[in-house]
Amino acid sequence: MKIDYYEKVFLILGVVMLFSGLGAILISVVGAGAMVPTPAGRVAPGEVRQTAPFDNPGVREISPGKYEAVIVAQIWSFTPNEIRVPAGSEVTFRVASADVIHGFFIENTQINAMIIPGQITEVEQTFDEAGEYLLICHEYCGIGHHNMWGRVVVE
Amino acid sequence: MSSVAVTQSATIDRETSGVFVAEQMWPIRWQLYLMFIALAVGGWMGLGQALERVGVTMESFAGLESYYQGLSIHGVTLALVLTFSFANSLLSLLTIEGFKRPLASTMLLQGSFWFMAAGLGLAAVILLMNQATVLFTFYTPMEANPLFYLAAVFLVVSTWLTLANLVWTYRQWRADNPDERIPLPAYLTLTTYIMWGLASIGIAVEVVVFVLPWSLGIWDSTDPQLNRIFFWFTGHAIVYFWLLPAYVSWYMLIPRQVGARLFSDGLTRLTFLLFLLFSVPTGLHHQYTDPGISGAMKSIHLVLTFVIFFPSLITAFSIMAVLESAGRKAGGKGLFGWIPALPWGNPSVNAQLLAMLVFTLGGATGLINASMTVNLVVHNTAFIPGHFHLTVGTAVALTIMGVCYWMVPYLSGKKLFQPKLALAQGWLWAIGVLTFSRGQISGGLESMPRRTAIGQAAYELPGWELSNWLTAIGGVTMAVSGALFFLVIVGTLFLSKEPTEHTEIPITGEPLHGPRESWTKLDRLGMWTVVAAVLIIFAYLPTLIAYLPAAFNSPGVKVW
Repeated sequence: MKIDYYEKVFLILGVVMLFSGLGAILISVVGAGAMVPTPAGRVAPGEVRQTAPFDNPGVREISPGKYEAVIVAQIWSFTPNEIRVPAGSEVTFRVASADVIHGFFIENTQINAMIIPGQITEVEQTFDEAGEYLLICHEYCGIGHHNMWGRVVVE
Repeated sequence: MSSVAVTQSATIDRETSGVFVAEQMWPIRWQLYLMFIALAVGGWMGLGQALERVGVTMESFAGLESYYQGLSIHGVTLALVLTFSFANSLLSLLTIEGFKRPLASTMLLQGSFWFMAAGLGLAAVILLMNQATVLFTFYTPMEANPLFYLAAVFLVVSTWLTLANLVWTYRQWRADNPDERIPLPAYLTLTTYIMWGLASIGIAVEVVVFVLPWSLGIWDSTDPQLNRIFFWFTGHAIVYFWLLPAYVSWYMLIPRQVGARLFSDGLTRLTFLLFLLFSVPTGLHHQYTDPGISGAMKSIHLVLTFVIFFPSLITAFSIMAVLESAGRKAGGKGLFGWIPALPWGNPSVNAQLLAMLVFTLGGATGLINASMTVNLVVHNTAFIPGHFHLTVGTAVALTIMGVCYWMVPYLSGKKLFQPKLALAQGWLWAIGVLTFSRGQISGGLESMPRRTAIGQAAYELPGWELSNWLTAIGGVTMAVSGALFFLVIVGTLFLSKEPTEHTEIPITGEPLHGPRESWTKLDRLGMWTVVAAVLIIFAYLPTLIAYLPAAFNSPGVKVW
């Protein structure tokens, strides 16, 4: 099939660009540790509040500098809606929904995940800088969706 | 109808050839009219959503119950009805033109129209009754009125009837022309619809097997993660079903409209074939942040998503080659002198050139979303609507309006009303969407969530005020542009007295490198469909197997 010289050059450059993009993503995973959520267990939405660890939501220190934040999402709030940790903490968030799909998004972090009924969402973040981080439900979850929020306070 | 003489090269005389028959022309025309209704309603909602950001509530703007009711109407009318009815209309017409014969079945063509009308009507009633405020993605376990899901079925069935008709027409033509290359316009329409046929299996399974029986109470509960996998099986490829009809116009019509020849038959076929092969096995890139899917499968879909960017790169080259050669023929000199030499005074060309220009930004932002880890910054933020108003909201929507500027005169026989308004319409849309998307994109990068009534939200971050104003100003500009579009179209249909010069479809002639230079195996559509199906199985079967057993433990909830 006839492909002209300029077209060939353009397409080769395009392929190089796409491979560079894939390479950059690989580096962000291997080098910088950027991670997307992966399967972390299941829990039926109707049983979330009776199932450990979601029967006792809150923040716990599991080893020095490492925290676990267990959060239940329901229309239209997070329980708890405030997480307090010292600066430098590595926090593992374990989140489950008691009803519909919600979002779990913390500004200025790499935390951006879906909370899907039936699934447990597990994401991690190290909070180096003190301050207040807004936590937002960023998936439409009903008429009060825009009132579903919380905060992470790093002291 | 099989007695129609098939002429491959002679120009067609509309009156006597029997190629364009009246019983087939009215459903093609009326699909466009349905599209106008969808565009008017959906656009009106869009204006309300833009104004919501600066303090106007959807309740006061349109008397609706909530912002989200308006957003659901906006999504269903524009993402489903506008795009489907345009594809059904234009691609049916170009299949007739390509094969130089009527479609195989007038009944299927008319049926496609009636299903579209029924789907639109039913969806409108249920949405306006506030019985389906679930957005057009209808993620379970939010539960809408079952009739809403039935309306979605009707809309998809409408496209399936057109698909069946196109394939049937192809088979009739093939029987009469065993050794011919498939005419290029027909190759493009066929690959588009076959791709969609495969893609729509996901949503069909989701609705027919899981969601509809569950909403009728046959199943007590459902599995939201499984439903999402089936939804996004269709949900990414659907964007190519929105986009490819615009590409069909850029490849098959724009060259003639700007006065040049298409570059290469082979690469045009290859582009559409790649879309047929790779559109579907990319859907998981909408689910990078879902908890229930493994990182390995997400990564495979990431690579395949980058593959599907390649045919758009071919398109960028091919279309720019067409435009540059046209501009130079018209006297454009120097590196960029060919650009002002293009026929910007033709409203149909003007709108589509602007659509292409905006699409470069749409493609680039799309690649950002597809990049698995970068996506963590933008997923479900306002960046995403910023992106897709550049793609479906402009590359597609503005191309549709540009096509209407020859197609409505062609179908009605009436001269375009006030072409200068039509020119202004194109520019206003482009300026409006760039302002709107600038607002949404910056908002998204500053953590503003999408699909959220930001004007009423309980939280706000610095920088959002600028984002909100740009979104609102851009949205209002797009609405003014939309009003001009309807003025031109309604004026053409009801006020225009003169006959149009658009008495034929501006279909392009043989490309510079014609079909004799291209690979004949590209035409083996049956074989390629099987290859596409195998790729889909490879991309989705491991995901499904790893996911099973499903967990049907989410009861339906009405949350609005």
